[in-house]
Amino acid sequence: MIEKLADYVNNNHALVRQGRFINYSILVGVGETDFIIRIDGGRVTGVRHRQLNIDSGRFAIRAPTEIWEEFWRPMPKRGHHDLFSMMAAGLAQIDGDLLPFMQNLQYFKDLLGALRPASIGN
Amino acid sequence: MPSFEPIVGRYISMVVAGDTMRIYVEEAGSGIPLVCLHTAGSDSRQFRHLMTDPSITDHYRVLAFDMPWHGKSNPPIGWREIEYKLTTGLYKETVVAFCQVMELNQPVIMGCSMGGRIVLHLALEYPDDYRAVIALEGADRLEPYYDTEWLHRPDVNGGEVAAGFVSGQIAPQSPSEYRWETLWAYMQGGPGVFKGDLYFYWVDGHFDDRSVQIDTTRCPVYLLSGEYDSSCTPERTRDTAERIKGSKAVVMKGMGHFPMSENPALFREHILPVLKEIGVNN
Repeated sequence: MIEKLADYVNNNHALVRQGRFINYSILVGVGETDFIIRIDGGRVTGVRHRQLNIDSGRFAIRAPTEIWEEFWRPMPKRGHHDLFSMMAAGLAQIDGDLLPFMQNLQYFKDLLGALRPASIGN
Repeated sequence: MPSFEPIVGRYISMVVAGDTMRIYVEEAGSGIPLVCLHTAGSDSRQFRHLMTDPSITDHYRVLAFDMPWHGKSNPPIGWREIEYKLTTGLYKETVVAFCQVMELNQPVIMGCSMGGRIVLHLALEYPDDYRAVIALEGADRLEPYYDTEWLHRPDVNGGEVAAGFVSGQIAPQSPSEYRWETLWAYMQGGPGVFKGDLYFYWVDGHFDDRSVQIDTTRCPVYLLSGEYDSSCTPERTRDTAERIKGSKAVVMKGMGHFPMSENPALFREHILPVLKEIGVNN
């Protein structure tokens, strides 16, 4: 599902504008599979499986597959509806350099939430 | 004739901890005084829907003020020399000073989040001064789930990160219009103010060891919390209710941490019966 991220993000002009200063990669772990997501000027320019152990991103967000599936449902259960709520409930974790994440917090919440049908909050 | 909302905003001065504070207060309606306390890092605008609801304002004089440092209330003179940090003592003194300066007789106090927490402290210490207390998203024990240092530093926009922190506290069902209005207020907070409030909310305000002493026969306690609240969770609300004998607790389905501002129509369904019960009993 996350492979389709560019389609959902790049057509959302407000989201791209919000992330216009972002030019780096992040790592998103879906279960045992790590994805490297490249962002340039707020646009997703690449989503690929992590090939090498030295492939990484500025920070990594990981959650079990079933947690992401619930997060991407149209109306997620409580605790699954938001990245921070998932972390508060111990369902997801973040590692790495948190500064770029905090500098663009709502962007990254909305970036990953963009895969949800009829995204919350739009 | 312009069709104004019934809300009237004014300024009043009061002394808190030796400082004369210029406070902004809004009110509407007449009847039993209902003092509304906003959440950490926001201001009294959160209560605007209650003040335009005749079902409430026909029976209650609804008052909401901006805490010092928040909204249109000033920080104390010399604020640049101070690191703002809300303590339990300072918060209690502020609410007590407001009720005194406004000459309110046995008001109902309703607060949300940190406001929901301080009303429990007030019920414990001054049970005969309040007709009842209503804790929205208020518990006697909470656990932090993020580092508040991120809220006030030069390389992160304070307003945007504050809104980003709390955006997940709004239920996914809540109308987009009110979700973003609630977050807009967070984006407008002064530097370090949300962080300073969270000192009370997450560090200084615990009193689960004493909440059991609250006498609900002298001061009725109502606890209303949202299903999607990640900090004052339904579980923490129920734990608090178990410790406060005689309190009444409701978990609001499909609601988050900001009931009065994120989903006014749904909140109305929960708060009207509470206000009616308080009104009847008094």
